[in-house]
Amino acid sequence: MTPIAKKAWLVGGAAAVLGGAVLTATALSDRAAGDRRETLSQPVTPALVARGAYVARLADCAACHSVPDRPDYSGGLAMALPIGRVMTSNITPDKTYGIGGWSFGDFDRAVRYGVNRRDQSLYPAMPYVAYARMSRADTEALYAYFSAGVAPAATPAPRNEILFPLSMRFPLTLWRWLFAKAPEAIAPPSAADPAVARGAYIVEGPGHCGDCHTPRGFALQVKARSAAEGPAFLAGASIDGWSAPSLRAGGQGGLGDWTSQDIADFLRHGGNARGAAFGAMAPAIEHGTARLTPGDAEAIGRFLKSLPKPPGRAFAYDAAEARRLKAGELSSPGAQAYLDNCAACHRSDGRGYSGVFPPLAGNPAVVDERAESIVRIALFGGQTPLTPSSPAQFSMPGFADRLDDREMAQLLTYVRTSWGNQARPVSRGEVARGRRASAGR
Amino acid sequence: MSPRPKPVDAVIIGYGWTGAIMAKTLTDAGLSVVALERGPMRDTSPDFSYPQVADELRHGIRGEYWQPLARETVTIRHRLDQEAVPYRQYGSFVLGNGVGGAGTHWNGQQWRASPEDLRFRSHVLERYGAQAIGPDMTIQDYPVTFEELEPHFDHFEKVAGVSGRAGNLRGTLMPGGNPFEGPRSDAFPNPPVADIESSIRFARAARELGYNAFPMPAANASRAYTNPYGVRMGPCNLCGFCERFGCFLYSKASPQTTILPILKHRTNLEVRPNAQVTRILLDSDGKRAVGAAYVDEKGDLIEQRADLVILSAFQMHNVRLLLLSGIGEPYDPATGKGVVGKNYAYQMVSSVSAYFDKDVHLNPFIGAGAGGQQVIDDFNSDHFDHTGLGFIGGSLIFAGATGARPIEQMNLPPDAPRWGAGWKAAAAAHYGHSMSVATMGAVMSYRDAYLDLDPTYRDALGQPLLRMTFNWHENEYRLAAHANAKARSIVEAMKPKSIGVNLIKPGENYDVRRYQSTHTTGGAIMGADPATSVINRYSQSWDVPNLFVMGASAFPQNLGYNPTGLLAGLAYFSAAEIRDRYLKAPGPLVDA
Repeated sequence: MTPIAKKAWLVGGAAAVLGGAVLTATALSDRAAGDRRETLSQPVTPALVARGAYVARLADCAACHSVPDRPDYSGGLAMALPIGRVMTSNITPDKTYGIGGWSFGDFDRAVRYGVNRRDQSLYPAMPYVAYARMSRADTEALYAYFSAGVAPAATPAPRNEILFPLSMRFPLTLWRWLFAKAPEAIAPPSAADPAVARGAYIVEGPGHCGDCHTPRGFALQVKARSAAEGPAFLAGASIDGWSAPSLRAGGQGGLGDWTSQDIADFLRHGGNARGAAFGAMAPAIEHGTARLTPGDAEAIGRFLKSLPKPPGRAFAYDAAEARRLKAGELSSPGAQAYLDNCAACHRSDGRGYSGVFPPLAGNPAVVDERAESIVRIALFGGQTPLTPSSPAQFSMPGFADRLDDREMAQLLTYVRTSWGNQARPVSRGEVARGRRASAGR
Repeated sequence: MSPRPKPVDAVIIGYGWTGAIMAKTLTDAGLSVVALERGPMRDTSPDFSYPQVADELRHGIRGEYWQPLARETVTIRHRLDQEAVPYRQYGSFVLGNGVGGAGTHWNGQQWRASPEDLRFRSHVLERYGAQAIGPDMTIQDYPVTFEELEPHFDHFEKVAGVSGRAGNLRGTLMPGGNPFEGPRSDAFPNPPVADIESSIRFARAARELGYNAFPMPAANASRAYTNPYGVRMGPCNLCGFCERFGCFLYSKASPQTTILPILKHRTNLEVRPNAQVTRILLDSDGKRAVGAAYVDEKGDLIEQRADLVILSAFQMHNVRLLLLSGIGEPYDPATGKGVVGKNYAYQMVSSVSAYFDKDVHLNPFIGAGAGGQQVIDDFNSDHFDHTGLGFIGGSLIFAGATGARPIEQMNLPPDAPRWGAGWKAAAAAHYGHSMSVATMGAVMSYRDAYLDLDPTYRDALGQPLLRMTFNWHENEYRLAAHANAKARSIVEAMKPKSIGVNLIKPGENYDVRRYQSTHTTGGAIMGADPATSVINRYSQSWDVPNLFVMGASAFPQNLGYNPTGLLAGLAYFSAAEIRDRYLKAPGPLVDA
């Protein structure tokens, strides 16, 4: 069991003890649950539907509600939680299996308040804590899109696989009261630069970037929901077997000296001269950020660059190791394995080839304090996202069959400490855990 | 799959280079397209993953990407009075199989034809008179000019990310390029791949002798590159695994690394691998193709109906499918009448090896199929005066290393022991210190060199095999000896310790056991007259106007260049005409 899973069990137990009290509480009116009588303030026009389609990209609804071999937005993605598997729902306008019969109020309550039509709290796998920051206008557009812009699919979503008593929802309500804020209580982001404010709105709201990139607390709640809630926001986290790097500029593991244009390129094209997306970020780009307008992508970059920098020396390239490799000096542990397995693409100077094979020198995913991602990609490979501007996908093969845990740990430690990289070593145990965690995938 | 899948606008038979070019054009035009490929699906990931793909035994020797000869091969004979026998083991040439075709496992030597190659018969008659063309030679002009093809050569070079140095830019000769090339409208999209040691020595020696050495035009990208379709390629690192291998670095141009990525998600294109086409289906009067019949991987015979048929299999398979389908009159060597199977041609290669002392380090394991090599074009085509030489046509002369793979490319002196301790000692002494200069020469077309259906042998599906009747003629022996002598003079100027010569001598037969070249041509040749050709200048069948035949089967005779650049240029030329004219008014594009 992973540390996260252990933590979740503790939380579950604590919540059950509180159960009696909460049962009483849920019977009372739930102020933070929205109002199902709310209606659209405007007619559904093609322009509103088109705007909603764009908001759906910003919110990356497809990432969870569209799965291969099923109709778009008909749900069915299994999300593994410590207590079982939650299935994403059909959000097409089908009247029987989808949300075709939902009023705007019903829709708004699910999206921004985290409550379904049966007054049950949603599993926070639905990022309503972030969506609460979405404007009413964008929520209306989103509703218009899912009413009139998406084809209804008469496809039932599979049922959740959570056994009683863990399937009781009252702890979720308690969780919601503790950790979610109602939209009314949230002030829209403000900044002197309107682009920074727009970026903050996308990142903190519909983009729900913090759901992966912000560390979580004792009850799996994000430690900060917005930049205003402190330096934990977007400070990097472990999620689902990957490490999501810090998005705060500065220090070794963050976005370092990426410019806002680098960030915008990464989001729209799936990579830039500094790195390439892989793992869970690849579908987020394919479904979502590849369709950002250049202005919005730039706004996100401007906002991320405005976050206060964490302490620590920033990455600076060091040519010494490249010189050693060129001279055939392979005494450092891992150097030989690097030349044999990695240098063909990433080169002996660790700089790769711009736009094709990402650099390892100064790459935030490589020097991340949490090494899950680099362990996993080195073991099992990865593929760059497919975007309209990048029709060719590059694949990195996995090396799990070629290097044992000790060799892999040495190699990764070498990569994390060469060319100016100054990350902690990777242990054999971490490689072994990475192998086990991904074995069933 | 039902035996009668939904009819489509176009069916493509063979999904290699020209199949991919046509799939792009036809799906761009909005047609519904099915591509039938006899071999399996293949892509860079996972099929060409590093390091698994770099396995010489599996790919270089056992040929995992080649057509299994036990199921279907060709039969070969030297003369009309012989019985042909099946080509049961790979030797002289290899046959591609699978998505990407031979375009996945070629070397990437990327040439345009010389302007005179495309009007070769007329050119020879004008310069040397009728006596220069032997009585049994059946060479013809192409019905299309260099100027007409040039924009398509240029486009393909950009699609394939070709690395090289222009020699003739819009009529201006450029230093360091090929002074003999036809005027190009644009430079190569990428600079040359860095020269390797053996080609540096070759180029220096060639220049000392007054020849024009220049970098081999290479479909091995020299840098990270994005082609006109938005597909990105990686830079070649000269790993030495091009020919017979898929490229793990996304740097060797292949359908997979240049065109297929943008076709993969098109909803109007369906690619069916493991679909072996057995017939092009015709309507009752045989004047119109109505689709293709194929056997799928379960062994079921399926009929795919289509309004337009693109035959884009390998050269030999194109000819065989025309013969099996009864399209066009089969060629008869006795009368010289008929066209299908006519003018089969090949190339004649030779080499001169240089063995240096141990202090000369050539590092031959650094190499690529084309990148890093140097070449001279001085003795190719009609770039030199043939008066009194007794032959027409010419050869490329080039040097470099394609990887010095240990099994096949261990270049040892002729007197070295073939096995045991003596072989090991010779390998240790020479591996890193030897190189060779190769020549690759044109083969003309002849009345007695042709393809037809074998009367005896059949494939696994019970259909007659293709029969090749081919042997060398006087012109080739002389052409190869001439090029070999030039190569030898260059090698001698490099001052090696010893020299080894590999040259087919006059009177020697075509030996199918030894790898020479996969540049087989002809059999469905293009021309201006239906009496002497199978297809018109737009690669359209004279007999069945909704059938277009792609590839080197169109070449009326062979050249001293690798065929891919020319056949890709012809395919784009045809594709443009289909898009701009044929689709608006289907019918013959040239009046017979």
